[in-house]
Amino acid sequence: MRPLTVGICGYGVYIPRLRIRAEEIARIWGGDGEKIKKGLLIEEKAVADFDEDTATIATEAARNALKMAGIEPAAVGAIYVGSESHPYAVKPTATIVAEAIEAAPVMTAADYEFACKAGTAAIQTCMGLVGSGMIEYGLAIGADTAQGAPGDALEYTAASGGAAYLIGKKGLIAEIEDTYSVTTDTPDFWRREGEPYPRHGGRFTGSPAYFKHVLSATLGLMKKIGAAPEDFDHAVFHQPNGKFPRNAAKNLGFTDRQLKEGILVDRIGNTYSGSSLLGLARVLDVAKPGERILVTAFGSGAGSDSFSIRVTEEIEKRRGRAPAVETYISDRRYIDYGTYVKLRRKIKVAE
Amino acid sequence: MTMGAPRFWRKTQSRYNLYGVKCKSCNATYFPPRKICPSCRRASKLEDVKLTPKGEVLTYTVIRSAPEGFERQTPYIMAIVKLDEGPMVTTQIVDCEPDEVEIGMAVEGVFRKIRESGKDGPIYYGFKFRPARADKDLAV
Ligand SMILES: [Zn+2]
Repeated sequence: MRPLTVGICGYGVYIPRLRIRAEEIARIWGGDGEKIKKGLLIEEKAVADFDEDTATIATEAARNALKMAGIEPAAVGAIYVGSESHPYAVKPTATIVAEAIEAAPVMTAADYEFACKAGTAAIQTCMGLVGSGMIEYGLAIGADTAQGAPGDALEYTAASGGAAYLIGKKGLIAEIEDTYSVTTDTPDFWRREGEPYPRHGGRFTGSPAYFKHVLSATLGLMKKIGAAPEDFDHAVFHQPNGKFPRNAAKNLGFTDRQLKEGILVDRIGNTYSGSSLLGLARVLDVAKPGERILVTAFGSGAGSDSFSIRVTEEIEKRRGRAPAVETYISDRRYIDYGTYVKLRRKIKVAE
Repeated sequence: MTMGAPRFWRKTQSRYNLYGVKCKSCNATYFPPRKICPSCRRASKLEDVKLTPKGEVLTYTVIRSAPEGFERQTPYIMAIVKLDEGPMVTTQIVDCEPDEVEIGMAVEGVFRKIRESGKDGPIYYGFKFRPARADKDLAV
């Protein structure tokens, strides 16, 4: 048995209301919408409004997490915000969130960056701080307003959204049984300082990056805790598109039924640091006490964090205090490509 | 209200959350905060209070020609919202099209970007309002 039981006291999500359909992007760039939808297994993606960014997404998710946990914000001893789209190059997003949820000033905070897995890195940090007794509660957030270059394949999936997890020891809605990570130096995807859009190594992003890390972290975790795929009721893998998580699951021996509740990419796109955390939230929205969840995040660059999570009885008492993932997904408004480029500042205007 | 947070900190963050004052003599609530209760005058007993960001649209206007710093958000809705706790707040209404807003519409607070000062200046955040979610939407 592990010496420390830490886990999730509350979680909260936010998904912006605007959506753009894959066909609408294909219409502009002369792509075959149906073919792209089938290739990526994606219908549409969530788009941040003009006045939304990683800080506003993180704040609403954090407020929802606190509502669910029902604790005083001043009891939060640490906030870490993982993102690859922090509003400032220098000036932490975590400070804005801390002030907006009224956890400041007696606390520690920092921003994390690790492509799509910065949010799970934040959870691990909070587990350590809570487990060691340095803090009572820590807030780990993954949020992004991801952008793909106009016309790039990434433009069909790069989306906006986020989730926040309050990590503590008391009043757990789910225990984190264990975590296991794999990290290597892999140039599969990057964005240089000052550049507006990321670049990727094309085919290189599949086998040596996503699959290598997701599979080895998941296998490593299961070996460490002596579990097999059939021991889990649900599995969530990072969702850069609809195909990768399904292929990873199949390869590892997980079934479609285990994957079903946590797959969101077809309806909201790849929310980067929010992706696996929103998938986990969707599972927690419907999971029954005693159920076990496997979560494996992936971040380009590259690395994977895998978690085994067990849901407690407490979850049923806390549901309904904050909006569920489906509430945000079903509240949507479609925009055209012109509105999309205006909102996401992809057009130059006279200053 | 935040336990133990010194007054200084609540002041600096009052634009992120709705802080007003409540008069303990007559129970009236004011936003923005006042120094004296106009009904009780010298008998005022004011204390800081965090207001619940829920209310309804009292009146609104659609801004099509915006002041500097807001040009790229047009058209947008500015409204006077009457909070359930009484005070009135001038605010932008988001997640709502100009033809969807109505007087009496239930709204709730949301944290958004207010303004950016140019390409390299600070970004200002604060509260706005959006159409309220029905309580049933909170359930799964
Ligand atoms: Zn009075």
